[in-house]
Amino acid sequence: MNNTSDKEVMELALQAGHILLENGAEIFRVEETMERICKHYGVQSSNEFVLSNGIFVTAGNEKEKFYAKVQHIPVSGTHLDRVTAVNQLSREIEEGKYTVSQAMEEIKRIKNMPDKRKIVQILASGAGSAAFCYLFGGNIGGGLIVTVLCSVMDLLGIGEHLNYMIIGSIMPLIPGVAFTNAIRDVADGDYISGAVRMLDALLVFMCIAIGVGMGISIMNRLTGGILL
Amino acid sequence: MIYQLIAAMIGTVAFSVLFGVPRKYYLYCGLIGGAGWAIYSGALCAFGPAESSLIATMVVILLSRFAAIWKSCPVTVFLISGIFPLVPGAGVYWTAYYIVKDQLRLAAQTGYQAAKCAVAIVLGIVFVFELPQNLFLSILMKKKKI
Repeated sequence: MNNTSDKEVMELALQAGHILLENGAEIFRVEETMERICKHYGVQSSNEFVLSNGIFVTAGNEKEKFYAKVQHIPVSGTHLDRVTAVNQLSREIEEGKYTVSQAMEEIKRIKNMPDKRKIVQILASGAGSAAFCYLFGGNIGGGLIVTVLCSVMDLLGIGEHLNYMIIGSIMPLIPGVAFTNAIRDVADGDYISGAVRMLDALLVFMCIAIGVGMGISIMNRLTGGILL
Repeated sequence: MIYQLIAAMIGTVAFSVLFGVPRKYYLYCGLIGGAGWAIYSGALCAFGPAESSLIATMVVILLSRFAAIWKSCPVTVFLISGIFPLVPGAGVYWTAYYIVKDQLRLAAQTGYQAAKCAVAIVLGIVFVFELPQNLFLSILMKKKKI
């Protein structure tokens, strides 16, 4: 195997890892996928070290040329479709369906996968809020108002189930992804990343609590405690 | 009760849309979320909220792992949206509410309850993820042979 293709393989593995980590996969999966890709294309000496916001890869020994790269990956949104696509790709690479350059093309395609449209996202978060409002004890009318609230960001919905409406509407803000990934990272033994993600989740929980508290106390002052 | 189940399923599907789960998995996410909520509310009759959370989380993760192997895709896809109805979002709200209302005893109570639920979810996730992958594979293989 010549040197340029070694470099391409490492680049491919790094990009695959980048997409996985950026879009909410757990550390263990990132490391495993990168290692699989490297081994399949015959780079035996590769080493990956993955943190919650960075990937370090090196390769090289007496036979293979040295390669090292560090990539910083800022925390961003969750796109599980990309995670699924990369996972599928790594399976197919193992079956030998792709050459390195074909796989690189595929990675680029996955990277540019279109987001869900904004309106769909807003509607989904509205529907989710409505469903959870109902689930935690509000009535359907309250749920509808929350839907309207979240969809149009209108502040007129003051019903008899205000509490449940607020609970419903904070549900999309709850850091479920960070929370579950944190636990799984710690369970896999990736303590640093797990701790960082758990801290992230806790901070968001605290911010939600503070936001709710401030909102309620402002409303209390303004209305003299009639509403709550 | 049935309405609640439907609400849980809609909620789960809505969150899977938010997290960009591929369209073909929406149904399974919804089913897993609904099952989790059904188990949770069923267990509430016999146990406290924390124990119910533990049981429901374990069921959700078992189902997610089966679905992940069956559909051969990352378990995260089903897990994250399925677990959403169980995360104590309401607990966080009530804690903040009582603190603002100056009812500190109630605030401490609900906050403690929410923390207990969170720990229960953590334990549930850890328990089921420590089960070896081969166990799930062999169970599914047996089913396919029959």
